[in-house]
Amino acid sequence: MIIIVSAKTAEYEGAPDERFGRAALLTRVDTNSGEWQTFPNPGVNQSGGAGVAAAQFAIDQKADAVISGDFGPHASRALNAAHIEMYILTSTSDSVKKAVELFNQGMLPVFQS
Amino acid sequence: MQIAIASGKGGTGKTTIATSLAKSLAGLHQVHYLDCDVEAPNGHLFLKPEIQTQKDAIVRIPQIDVGLCTTCGRCVEVCQFHALAQTPEEILVFPELCHGCGSCTWNCPENAITEIENPIGVIESGITPEGIHFSHGVLKISEPMPTPIIHQLRKNEKRSDRSVVILDAPPGASCSVVETLRAADFAILVTEATPFGKHDLLQIFGILKDLKIPAGVIINRTDGHESEMEQLLKEKQIPILMQIPFDVSIAAGIASGRTLIDIKPEYLERFRTIFCQIESLLAAEEAC
Repeated sequence: MIIIVSAKTAEYEGAPDERFGRAALLTRVDTNSGEWQTFPNPGVNQSGGAGVAAAQFAIDQKADAVISGDFGPHASRALNAAHIEMYILTSTSDSVKKAVELFNQGMLPVFQS
Repeated sequence: MQIAIASGKGGTGKTTIATSLAKSLAGLHQVHYLDCDVEAPNGHLFLKPEIQTQKDAIVRIPQIDVGLCTTCGRCVEVCQFHALAQTPEEILVFPELCHGCGSCTWNCPENAITEIENPIGVIESGITPEGIHFSHGVLKISEPMPTPIIHQLRKNEKRSDRSVVILDAPPGASCSVVETLRAADFAILVTEATPFGKHDLLQIFGILKDLKIPAGVIINRTDGHESEMEQLLKEKQIPILMQIPFDVSIAAGIASGRTLIDIKPEYLERFRTIFCQIESLLAAEEAC
């Protein structure tokens, strides 16, 4: 499974970002192989449409799920249309790695729009 | 001549100045007043126009013919506003993000896009009791984009070269302010001698420098002492057009919907003088 986590830093142990469209980075994780890679978020410096830009990135990466603190109406509409599941960070997801572990254990809540 | 009234910081008195300036010049010139603060227009509360026409402000948004669309994603690629997204199955349109630039329609290799009208607000026009040609834009609640309506508001105005157009700008220093200032001949900046007023004024100076628009400043609610603001303006060589002392009777009058020149008639001549001052500043600039 490919999942994308909004992140503040380029480290796997670094903090996730509560924001999706305005997160500095998007970390792509392959849960099968455990490989991960960090990308600059195409939405971060946009004057508008940041959520759509970030969602388009997730779609283009063929993500199965995304994890962030919240999803705006535009991002969630685009992700929904592409059948990408949205999960919400919890207070214990203090690193990208931890968020992925919680996701794998089915411990992250599903985003409710 | 087009004079924009801007400030940066909100609540410094843009509309107070714009409405009184318009009224002061009404008998002498053909005056147009355009309230470009389309998110919260309030000039009508003071100028009390009789609204005669109402027109939708339109953004032309793409409509995709799913029968023709191959979801190639060319439209998504060319949309710099991220108003389109591509999924494996379809192209999504986000009308609120669309600026109506037409790039997607133009670039679609299948001609699968037609443009439909998306009303984002209304433009109302009329005449005030003094004969001022009044127009304002009213952005629909929840619409996020004020610039197209400001653009249409400015384009709509039928005016002669000799008429005076007063543009009452929105607060801030973002796109909507730039859209209001664009192609203005002069900017009157209304500010107050506070750190916040100064901070935002400096931002507007930056915009005006880029747009090459000359400006003068009105300092509102002064306390009679020489302020840091005056020194700043001296340094920047920007003329101070007027200082308005803090006065509770002005605040009370404005709160009851009266213009400054109705509350304090002596300001009528002061506004006319400012206009002459602007005319000569512009004439001097042209001569340079």
